[in-house]
Amino acid sequence: MLKALSPSQDTSTRQAVIAVLVENEAGVLARVIGLFSGRGYNIDSLTVAPVDDEKQLSRITIVTSGTAMVIEQIKAQLDRLVPVHKVADLTVEGPHIARELALIKVAGAGEKRVEALRIADAFRARVVDATTESFVFEMTGATDKIDAFVALMRPLGLVEVSRTGIVAIARGPKGIDG
Amino acid sequence: MTATETLSGAEIVLRALKDQGVDVIFGYPGGAVLPIYDALFQQNAIRHILVRHEQAAVHAAEGYARSTGKVGVVLVTSGPGATNAVTGLVDALMDSIPVVCLTGQVPTHLIGNDAFQEADTTGITRPATKHNYLVKDVNALGRILHEAFYVARSGRPGPVVVDLPKDVLIGRGVYQGMPATPHRSYRPVVDPDPQAIAQAVRILKNAKRPIVYAGGGVINSGPEASRLLTEFVHLTGFPCTNTLMGLGAFPASDPQFLGMLGMHGTYEANLAMHGCDAMLNIGARFDDRVTGRLRDFSPNSLKIHADIDPSSINKNVRVDCAIVGDATRVLAALIAAWKADPTKPDTGALAAWWKQIDLWRSRDCLRYRQDASPKAVIKPQHAIKRLYEIVRETGRDVFITTEVGQHQMWAAQFWKFERPNRWLTSGGLGTMGYGLPAAMGAQIAHPEALVIDIAGEASILMNIQEMSTLAQYRLPVKVFILNNEYMGMVRQWQELLHGGRYSESYSAALPDFVKLAESFHGVGLRAKTLADLDDVIREMLAVDRAVIADICVDKHENCFPMIPSGAAHNEMILGPEDEAPSGAAQPGVTEEGMVLV
Repeated sequence: MLKALSPSQDTSTRQAVIAVLVENEAGVLARVIGLFSGRGYNIDSLTVAPVDDEKQLSRITIVTSGTAMVIEQIKAQLDRLVPVHKVADLTVEGPHIARELALIKVAGAGEKRVEALRIADAFRARVVDATTESFVFEMTGATDKIDAFVALMRPLGLVEVSRTGIVAIARGPKGIDG
Repeated sequence: MTATETLSGAEIVLRALKDQGVDVIFGYPGGAVLPIYDALFQQNAIRHILVRHEQAAVHAAEGYARSTGKVGVVLVTSGPGATNAVTGLVDALMDSIPVVCLTGQVPTHLIGNDAFQEADTTGITRPATKHNYLVKDVNALGRILHEAFYVARSGRPGPVVVDLPKDVLIGRGVYQGMPATPHRSYRPVVDPDPQAIAQAVRILKNAKRPIVYAGGGVINSGPEASRLLTEFVHLTGFPCTNTLMGLGAFPASDPQFLGMLGMHGTYEANLAMHGCDAMLNIGARFDDRVTGRLRDFSPNSLKIHADIDPSSINKNVRVDCAIVGDATRVLAALIAAWKADPTKPDTGALAAWWKQIDLWRSRDCLRYRQDASPKAVIKPQHAIKRLYEIVRETGRDVFITTEVGQHQMWAAQFWKFERPNRWLTSGGLGTMGYGLPAAMGAQIAHPEALVIDIAGEASILMNIQEMSTLAQYRLPVKVFILNNEYMGMVRQWQELLHGGRYSESYSAALPDFVKLAESFHGVGLRAKTLADLDDVIREMLAVDRAVIADICVDKHENCFPMIPSGAAHNEMILGPEDEAPSGAAQPGVTEEGMVLV
């Protein structure tokens, strides 16, 4: 027989990577963002882009955090938005790959410039723009890798960073809509 | 109509409404929707009820919807027309009422230009609706309107806004009829998972102290759900309590009914919720008005929650068994599974549980003392009790609406609803001004029925202009005002929680409600003392016109029982009439409770 759940619930929080397949229509992103701000949920990062022109679908990847109960709520609330096709919590549905793309601008000369290039090489960042006094590096990878690279660039003349936030996909043959 | 034949956008709107079976809409004209009003003028299939404020149009549509089970339809203009409707939309959202609200919009080429009477209606109403649409192509109009009705009525019902730019209404396009294929992404689950049903029956069969807690979802599911709920409760022998929104889902006269639960619910219902070992919640959402302090809510029970909206499950209260589905189908499945399961329920334990419940019942928590002398001040509870008794003598089908406050809670406590769809009240949002327009909508839907708005003198003033609508359409709505010259519930909280500092809660400079009724072409009546009460009620019921009955009641009466905010079910405050020593310690209101509303 079941035992009654204790009213004092688990209050530890976790991060969740949630993939949402939505109709590619006006206002859909506002609905998702409004849901998060209106109900007081966290957004650690959010990315969106069309993924299927024929079926008119976009995919949103949201990184959020909260207690297990809050994350369950977030998924249920997302799922009841009318233009939402599918909600998947990649964090709990098996192993997944999460990547970010970052463009990192570093300006400097002399030894610092050489050092920046050397580190970029070690991190497999690509130079996508160069002037005599600057580089723009392009880098993809896990969030902590990009964090580490950005930290190393800071004393070497970091100008600015532009990051996509996480996009993620499950490992193995199955898609989230399958 | 051939595929190439075109209609104007406005004609498409009316065609779609007709195909949806709409016979009445509530609205108010303005520049952006004039094409629709022009099309309305040239047809007779759809009746338009002209309200006096757009908020009232939505409440009227809610009253229509709640009393018929159909979708209520609203038509308002752009800008202020749409913004005035927002309170009604949120009200419908909170109480899961199916409403389609058509809003005018400036022409598409002016959107974003701060044009005259422009508002970002889809932006403003996004969190106020279940879903909304901005139509930019007249050829998509028919499809979108049908989709709007589908979304409004299916799953957990709610309000849907369709924003209609004027050029789309004037432009010509091809009308697309009802879609043959299901919606691309919105397909709510209505059939319960058999395993969840089996688990629920296992829990309930092994229960020693069970309770059924049913809410507005049962009403929304249709009258069959109420019938099945009654059958299930009789089959099991369990006690049953209803939420404010669920009143009427289970017959109030049934001996297994414990009354309403929650903040102003009965002693027996709340203590049974607190002490049960198995709870079946069907179509209710563990609202804070029901649960009280969450961590002490029904601490020793296994909880089953059946709801059509998965996001309602495990939102406030962790449950042990979740059933997603429509209440009618869930109840039918529970009845079948209960009958098929060979386990014998513990009838001895159930009998002991009923004995305990009867002991709680004997506290008679709704007791009040009415001085019987003819010159006595009328107690508000007594006014509702007499209204109920005299209405019952007439045998007429009656719909009760309310405003928000003490009178609403007394109506919920003292009116005995035997059938669903007869009780229309603003539960989730608590919108003062709801009752009169909602009564209007109910009276339009049920012209022969008796429709009474039980009101307070403060709430009624929030949509009093609708008296004019009542006059125009000869709607014989009865407005029964419990006039205590205070925003009574505010005054009560100030007395109990704020040291009796009655800040701004006195209803100063009230109108003479008798003359007010007369000036709106209605009948005004007043009861000053007990001797007047029955006569005023009888006259009110006899008049075939709109009536305001101004019932002057005890100014300082409080609504009990009461679970103060942040308190638990077993920390209920009973009224001054309760002489028995309270079992639980009388709670001081905690600091935690003070921040709650």
